[in-house]
Amino acid sequence: MSAPAAGTAIRTKSPHPSKFERAIVVGASSGMGAELAKQLAAEGAHVALVGRRESELEAVAATIRAAGGRAIVAKHDVTAYEDVPRVYEALTKEMGGLDLLVYCSGAQYNPDESVYDFAQDREMIEVNVIGAIAWTQLAAAHFEAQRGGTIVGISSIAGERGRRTMPGYTTSKAAMSTWMEALRNRIARYGVNVVTIKPGFVDTAKTAHLEKKPMVISPAKAAELILKAAHRGGSPSVFVPGQWQLVALIIRHIPSFLFRKLNL
Amino acid sequence: MAALPSLRNTAPWRVLDGFGISARAASRWVQPRSVDELANIIRRAADEDLKITFRGNGRSYGDAALNAGQLVVDNRGMTRVLSFDRERGTIELEPGATIETMWRTGVPAGYWPHVVPGTMFPTMGGCVAMNIHGKNCFKAGPYGDHVQELDLLTASGELKTLSREQDPELFRATIAGLGLLGAVTRVKLGMKKIESGRVKVRPITTPNLNAMFDCFVERMPQSDYLVGWIDCFAGGSGLGRGLVHQANYLSAAEDPAGRALLDNDKQVLPPKIMGVPRSILWRVMKLMTNDPGMKFVNAVKYMLPETFDSSGTFTNTHVAFAFLLDSVPNWRNAYGDSGFIQYQMFVPDSTARAAMAEALEHCRKQGVVSYLGVFKRHKPDEFLLSHGLDGWSLALDFAVTPGNAQKLFAVTRDLTKIVLDAGGVFYPAKDAVVDADSFARAYGDRLTRFLDIKHRVDPQSVFQNDQARRLGLV
Repeated sequence: MSAPAAGTAIRTKSPHPSKFERAIVVGASSGMGAELAKQLAAEGAHVALVGRRESELEAVAATIRAAGGRAIVAKHDVTAYEDVPRVYEALTKEMGGLDLLVYCSGAQYNPDESVYDFAQDREMIEVNVIGAIAWTQLAAAHFEAQRGGTIVGISSIAGERGRRTMPGYTTSKAAMSTWMEALRNRIARYGVNVVTIKPGFVDTAKTAHLEKKPMVISPAKAAELILKAAHRGGSPSVFVPGQWQLVALIIRHIPSFLFRKLNL
Repeated sequence: MAALPSLRNTAPWRVLDGFGISARAASRWVQPRSVDELANIIRRAADEDLKITFRGNGRSYGDAALNAGQLVVDNRGMTRVLSFDRERGTIELEPGATIETMWRTGVPAGYWPHVVPGTMFPTMGGCVAMNIHGKNCFKAGPYGDHVQELDLLTASGELKTLSREQDPELFRATIAGLGLLGAVTRVKLGMKKIESGRVKVRPITTPNLNAMFDCFVERMPQSDYLVGWIDCFAGGSGLGRGLVHQANYLSAAEDPAGRALLDNDKQVLPPKIMGVPRSILWRVMKLMTNDPGMKFVNAVKYMLPETFDSSGTFTNTHVAFAFLLDSVPNWRNAYGDSGFIQYQMFVPDSTARAAMAEALEHCRKQGVVSYLGVFKRHKPDEFLLSHGLDGWSLALDFAVTPGNAQKLFAVTRDLTKIVLDAGGVFYPAKDAVVDADSFARAYGDRLTRFLDIKHRVDPQSVFQNDQARRLGLV
């Protein structure tokens, strides 16, 4: 992360920084992504907002700038995988490097149990898994080389089990959690902080249709907890809020023959 | 024909390091398998405004084969021996073929490469780019002296055959040209006829730096190889104390049994060193890779020959003598994740004694002591950016840690000043720390001429690397 000897080729590992100077938030147009971008900017970070919906991104950027923060915007569809290097390079060039990448883009469908919709399942895999791989591995390569940096992937507690009510979504989040774990096992030793976030219910557009939302928190509160975990360092995998950890522990241990009988 | 996918968007990324571990970069990476594929990559990269760095086995210590964010073209997809003439001892190789390829081809026919470095893994592309040298550089000169001809694929897509007769100016700029003028696709070299599969080695202990210089001066006329190992921890009257290894080829008359060793199966590295299997030796070394540990190792190395060697000489196979570094696979890992740098100073004969004594003393005073000092005599050569000179070199290996990096860099800046004041030069294969102004001061008019050629054959500056950008070579 540091260049202790400017003008030389030498790079050494540096301690986890107390604040992020330059951050990219992928999926920053609404919900947790927008809140994360605002809170990062309020901490003093130069933030790049990435997403499909340019006007929403510009609105978030305008809020940040009005509060005296620095924000840039890049319109990008995370399923346009081949554009990722170009967007990544343009943003990091403009910001003069990168300390934090947050992958926050997510697609979620909860179809009726009578529906088998390949197009929806595919979209969830493309956005939640392949897009995450495209973005985080590019950051991982750069962070491994610079011996520092933080990658935050917003997965979900939904990835803990394959659930009858949301097969595509739970599969995509299980894959994303496994990917983040593999990335952590691969590069944590180089001083890269790889953070998996597994939120429970967050009050966003994605969950608006749900009737029951136990332990629901606001996007702002979620963003606060996510940044806290990212700042702490040590490549954690955390549930947001923390109470979900106990729920997850129980859910993971319900035998399959019982789990299939639950309406989860 | 369908458009090929963009290299910028689809090439895989790799985190690559210099051999010293301390320099590393993430970049796109491709490995062409033919000259056509290579030409295609160069064309596409130029179209997409990607800069290209050529890389072989990554044996340069610093950032010479790194290209942050751009494109590294790996030559190890092209490793063939194109021809070998057993009568003349000439060999033609593809750029990814290594020194190992070369000796394995030559030894059964009674040939050894004229020049080998301390490891057998550098590729021909790297050897050309760096104009590498060996322990016989005072006599045999550098690698480039033995290159008869090479093919260079330039940015315009033209495949040029270069030699001392054909486009000699470009030939002399390409060798030691850091891979900045194009892709070497074929190298033709002469090899040395040998009659025995081993060399006679004489270790000589030298009590200080002056004695080491004197030992070289005295022995150069009757030596084929001469290398000095310096204990950089010793000070005072023992400053620069060390051990010289002199080695000589053996004729059939001197060593009739040596002929049977002209066999690749007999040219092996020792499987164990002091009872420790080679494959794990670096882990043992890691325990020693700190100041007190290395102080001990250096002292033992200095005293051993004197204490235990009574006969005065021993024999070594060519491989065991030449590739000492390969005897400990992964030895670089002994330095840990932050790695090390090698600082090698090349100083003219007239100023070398004073400059090297000053350098060793300065390191000791600053408490930044090299774990290994390697000392050699060189001679001038015809290549534009070559490090070869009528003088001497001292290579110093410094461990890098997050805590010492600033201080180490300050010391290397002092060393650079010593080198420049002494009229010396630097060696890009080792360098990780020199700045553009110092490099320009060292190479002066030669750098200007090189840049003229660079602008002529690569006007878009397609061929670059991290080091070239740092040293102001592009």
